[in-house]
Amino acid sequence: MTASLTLVILMAVLFGAGISVMLERSLTRVLIGFLLVGNAVNILIYLMSGAPGLAPILSQGVDESEISDALPQAFVLTAIVINLGITAFMLALIYRSWWLARLGPKGDLVDDEAELAEDAEEAADLIRSSAADDAAIQSIIDASDEEFDEELDEMLEREASARDDEHDDEGAPR
Amino acid sequence: MTAALVPLVVLLPLLGAATTLILGRYRRAQIAVAVGVLTAVTAIAAVLLVMVDTTGPAVVYIGGWEAPWGITLVVDRLSAIMLLISAIMLVVVLVYSVGQGIADQHRETPVSIFHPSYLILSAGVFNAFIAGDLFNLYVGFEILLAASYVLLTLGGTGERIRAGVTYIITSLVSSLFFLSAIALIYGATGTANIAQLSVRLAELPDDVQLILHLLLLIAFGIKAAIFPLSFWLPDSYPTAPAPVTAVFAGLLTKVGVYAIIRTETSIFSDSDLSGLLLVIGGLTMLIGILGALTQADIKRLLSFTLVSHIGYMIFGIGLASVLGLTATIYYVVHHITVQTALFLTTGLIERFGGATSINRLAGLLKASPILAVLFFIPALNLGGIPPFSGFLGKVGLFVAGAQGTAADAPSGPDWLIWVVIGAGAATSLITLYALTRFWNMAFWRRRDELEGYESVLLGSVLEAPEGATVTATRTTPVLMIVATATLVIVTVCLTVFAGPLFDLAGRAAEGLSDPSIYVSLVFPGGVR
Repeated sequence: MTASLTLVILMAVLFGAGISVMLERSLTRVLIGFLLVGNAVNILIYLMSGAPGLAPILSQGVDESEISDALPQAFVLTAIVINLGITAFMLALIYRSWWLARLGPKGDLVDDEAELAEDAEEAADLIRSSAADDAAIQSIIDASDEEFDEELDEMLEREASARDDEHDDEGAPR
Repeated sequence: MTAALVPLVVLLPLLGAATTLILGRYRRAQIAVAVGVLTAVTAIAAVLLVMVDTTGPAVVYIGGWEAPWGITLVVDRLSAIMLLISAIMLVVVLVYSVGQGIADQHRETPVSIFHPSYLILSAGVFNAFIAGDLFNLYVGFEILLAASYVLLTLGGTGERIRAGVTYIITSLVSSLFFLSAIALIYGATGTANIAQLSVRLAELPDDVQLILHLLLLIAFGIKAAIFPLSFWLPDSYPTAPAPVTAVFAGLLTKVGVYAIIRTETSIFSDSDLSGLLLVIGGLTMLIGILGALTQADIKRLLSFTLVSHIGYMIFGIGLASVLGLTATIYYVVHHITVQTALFLTTGLIERFGGATSINRLAGLLKASPILAVLFFIPALNLGGIPPFSGFLGKVGLFVAGAQGTAADAPSGPDWLIWVVIGAGAATSLITLYALTRFWNMAFWRRRDELEGYESVLLGSVLEAPEGATVTATRTTPVLMIVATATLVIVTVCLTVFAGPLFDLAGRAAEGLSDPSIYVSLVFPGGVR
């Protein structure tokens, strides 16, 4: 039996990486490890079909010994489909356990009404806080307006007195 | 005629699963379809057993592609026995779960998922029993495992998810072992057909055979919960709903045992690991039952006895004689029914007493004499009290062991067989002790002897002091008791009809003892 060295190395790397990731505590990593090892096994099955050959379709003028073994490819396809299904289920399980870990058993009791009430409260909070913000801004504006008014008055006064002075100056030499 | 019936065993549950999924909103229709399908499969399995026993095994080449190219289904006596007993058990547990679902108003078991998953689980189990090649066996395992993941995490509570993760990851690892073993076996022999393998594997060098053999044994050993690979079982089974635990405990580990029987007899007929199996069988019995001694919770206690009693079957397989196999087949049938009956009774205890721990149960004998009888008979049976089938199965195994020591070519050293027989007798007594302790505490003890006893009724009254709004009163429906009683009656029938059953098991074992019989079935014109 002949086998491609590249595939053998790839399989070994996938097995090694997959098993080491699988030993971690986190469930997501275990899933990733399972995917890697699953693919390593698929490559192992493929390797077992021997040297690659022609497409496994028997027709006139095709030598039977030239075509590649089709059975391991069917095995691999079946295994891929099974892995896909298991992965989907595992993802749902991981999501569920994450949900339970974050919210605990309480997580299931959050119903729509409570959520709506919570949303309404949040919205009310928002309105309340924005109203407060508005008031604060208004007071700042008012305060600055007052200051500005004072400054304006002062400036006007200064200008007026300056004009008076000018008038005085103009008038004095005459 | 016989051949046409074989694929129906898998087809009907799968079609039923699709139908029940479509009928998700109509519970009565779902129940009718599920019960109808499994009853039909039971009838087919019964017909198959009679036909196979009288006219010889049935072989089906799917799509007319002959072995080794196509998918081959083989029903010999062993397959037919396993099909019939598991079909009976699945119907009974289904009826029980229907009763429970009606009483609880579907509070704990979301029925719309339960029935399709249950039927797919059945299809996987049946497919594993009739598979004629290793890869089809793998597909059968995956079908039943995928369904069991769903059933074990039903409802998705924190406890079940935690238990489910242990179970799922262990099962995934065992599946990867199994698939790698298939790949390597295919690489070494160029086939996955069991009949062809039994010829070609024998031609391989001994060390290659040993490695492939061990790989397969590890994969099946995890599934069957044999001692060093059994740690996952008591942690994951008890949290599921009662009917699910009953099916898992009764059936799933036995599918692993069935696969080991096939491996030892048909596939690796030439490579001999009997000594190893004897040692592992003895260790499984003793260590499993010692775990059971320390448990206060009946569900966990029963899970440990389950592990322990798998040891008897491994012991019988390890003897590698016709008599050993006969006793093993009888013991498998006995254990499926008894273990399931006990777990169903546990579900009833939980309803009557409101708990499963001996620290909180008392006075059940007075409260419900029927329940007491339903627990007492299978408990004595499992403990191996004569004249029940547990006693007969164990005696059969010990006699086979004693004959094994006298045989010309013993499967292990004489002292080893005697030691394992001793371990088996001890395990039987300790099982009896653990179960009678539970019986004394939960059934015989008076309620006033238990400090702080809380009645279930008291609890529900406290919950709703007004009295009018008690909605969660847990009545025990007649259907659940009828289902449990039926299974207990089946266990008693195994005792009453032990003679014919032993003869049947003997014929099945003889068919297994010579792999060339199996080969000539699948390849009538000779291999290659």
